[in-house]
This record gives sequence, structure tokens and C-alpha cells, in this order.
Amino acid sequence: MGDIVPLAARYRDEGADELVFYDITASPDGRTVSRDWVSRVTEVLDIPFCVAGGIRSVEDAEEILAAGAEKISINTPALEDPDLIDRMARRFGRQCVVIGIDSQGGDGDYRVASHTGDPHRTRYGRRPTKEWVSEVQDRGAGEIVLNCMNHDGVRTGYDVVHLAEIRDICSVPLIASGGAGAIEHFSQVFREARVDGALAATVFHSGAIPIGDLKDYLAHCGVEIRP
Amino acid sequence: MAVAIIDSGGANIASLRCALARLGCEADLTRDEADIRAASHVLLPGVGAAADAMQRLREAGLERVIPDLKQPVLGICLGMQLLFAESEEGQAGCLGIIEDRVKEMQPDRNRPIPHMGWNRVRTVQDSPLFDAIEQETHFYVVHSFAAGSGESTLATSCYGEEFSAAVSCGNFFGTQFHPERSGSAGSRLLKNFLELAS
Repeated sequence: MGDIVPLAARYRDEGADELVFYDITASPDGRTVSRDWVSRVTEVLDIPFCVAGGIRSVEDAEEILAAGAEKISINTPALEDPDLIDRMARRFGRQCVVIGIDSQGGDGDYRVASHTGDPHRTRYGRRPTKEWVSEVQDRGAGEIVLNCMNHDGVRTGYDVVHLAEIRDICSVPLIASGGAGAIEHFSQVFREARVDGALAATVFHSGAIPIGDLKDYLAHCGVEIRP
Repeated sequence: MAVAIIDSGGANIASLRCALARLGCEADLTRDEADIRAASHVLLPGVGAAADAMQRLREAGLERVIPDLKQPVLGICLGMQLLFAESEEGQAGCLGIIEDRVKEMQPDRNRPIPHMGWNRVRTVQDSPLFDAIEQETHFYVVHSFAAGSGESTLATSCYGEEFSAAVSCGNFFGTQFHPERSGSAGSRLLKNFLELAS
């Protein structure tokens, strides 16, 4: 907890366009803890941020949005109770409702995994990813973060083939996740998969890819991006 | 004198309060007519649907108070759209300060709706609101409805079609983008607004 606010400020200063905070509500007393730190992050951040993890109800989402988050992201709870997406979109507007999808597979057969926060509980092959992408849009998702598990943590580039096929059926903003390891991977995913955003954690956290350098490079490649 | 944020019921007030606090301004969140009339500057934020927001303003008796205000007023996002005569969102009648209509944006293959992200903003009229903000600066925008360009347009942005990114009409100002989420440029715009003579 202690280092979240300075880290948020560091990314703000480096020029990040949006921050996503994952799995920070693991505490049994998650609700008050999350609200407290979301408020503290709101005090320092002047860019949009999204909170993911531990949000299971409209009430959970309301607390986090009221504390200053721009968006909330849900993953496993949406698979277990798809109507939660409809309820959240009705209550907050779809622009607040991000659906995180962990997709695994290959050769055109990609399926959704759940409970990916805990390796012992992860369940694979739940439903075809394309089918779930269509359903969450119909239910009111305002944005989809597609995490390609085969590429996650490997740092060999985003799964542009899978992302491009999802792009074709996705009429809301699509964010690529999983696989960023080099500066070229970002230009490739914007160009070849036509995503609206690219998410990365490790390469930014470690400083392997300075955000300012990345944005200069992408602008040079013709990607429309805030300097 | 106090700065008032009109409590229009949206969830997203905290980020605006914090952005103002970083400028040394502790704003009051209120739907009280006397507080709003007495404020030096009034902000009208809004997230959600136009018809719901207008309903809440009507319940608080503010649909007639707001157009009558004489101090600087800044509508943000939906708050800007409420300054118009009407919105296609829920076929809502709005505050009627700007005689134009807010329309639904149309998605296509390369343009997902809602439109979310950082967009270039081009000013088309000089305004103290954009003092010391460079042409083509990026601001953060989230919307599915938009107003086209018109006489009140201060700045435009483009997403498939051109839309009003900022408007003004007398003492009323509006931004389709979120200055409270738009980094240092957004902070400068809020500072410019607070420095307008009341």
C-alpha cells in the first residue's frame, strides 16, 4: 500500500495516459481499504485510472467510482454473474464498465479462463472468447481488456493475430494486454491489431521501457498519441 | 467567495474536487440554490444520462436557477451537454442556454463508441479559458453524444466528425473533455476558469 501513491505519481510524471490497478483489494476488509487508497490515488492523479480486482457488486463499484476512479474492471465475477454487467452499465453508464478477459488457446480456438488471480483456482476453457466478447458488448461493456495468456509474461510481443480477430467483432474500445517486451511490440499491436490502447506492467515498472521514449517512438511511427 | 460544484448526482465528483484542491480551491458540493447563487464560480459536472441528470436538477429546482446565474459557470462532459437546448440522449430537454442540439455519435469499424481517450483540441476562438494552452493539446474525453460546431464553439475536436470540444455563451462555458483528468493542460484550464472575473 505504502508505495502505490508514489508509483502512481511516477507513472503520471512519465506520461502514462491511463493507469490500471489490479488486485489490490485482496485484504479481507477489502472494501474500506480499497476506498481509502483509491481516494489517496485520486488526490495525486490527474489522468484517468481504472481499478480491477475484488469488485463483485454494484455497491463495490459505486464505492470505488465515488472515491475517484474513472472506471472499474471486472473479470471472473462477470463470468459467474453476467447480468452484473447490465446492472453496472445501467447504474453508471457503460463508459465506466471495463470487462477484463483472460483468453487462452491458439489456432483459432481461444477460450476464456477465470480465477486467474490464483493459479490453484484458475479454470480454463470456459467458453469461446469470441462468444464472450459479443455477449459482454451486448450487455453493456464500455471497454474490453483482452489479456492473451499464452503471451503474458513472455515478453515476445502481443498476440496480434488473436487481438485482430477480436477487433473485428468489437465495437467498443479494445485494449491489448500480455506480451509487451520491446518498444516495437507496441507499434506492431497498434498497426496490426488496430487496438485502442496497449497495456503493460513489467516493462514500465522495471524501467526497461521508459514511457516517454515509447511515446516518442509511437508518434514517429504515426500512431496518434498524446505527447 | 466559495466555488460551488453542483451536485448533479453523478458518481464522479471526487476527481474534480481533487483537481480543484491541487489548485488551492476547496469547492463546496451542493444543490442548494442560495449557495449556488452566492458562489464566485460554479461547476456543473455530470456523468450518466442527460434525461436522468435533468430530472435531478428539476427535483432540486435548479433547471431555472442555472440559466439565470451571472457568475462564470463551467459545465463538464454531460454538464456541457446540459447547457444545450436538448439532447438526443433520452430525448431530454436541457437548460436551453445554447440553442442547439446534442446528437448521438455513430460507431463504425474504426471508431468504437463510447469515444474514450486522449484527443487533440483545436481552439477556433480566442478565450481566456485556453490561456497559455497550446493549440492541438490533448485532453481526455469520454462520450457517446456530442454537439456539432456552432456559434458557441470555442474549440473543436475530431472523431469521425468534428464536434464541439469546448463552448461558451456569455458567462457559461463548457468542455466535452474532462479537464480534471487531462494532466497539466486540464489543470491549467481549470485555473483559467477560476481566474475569470466573477
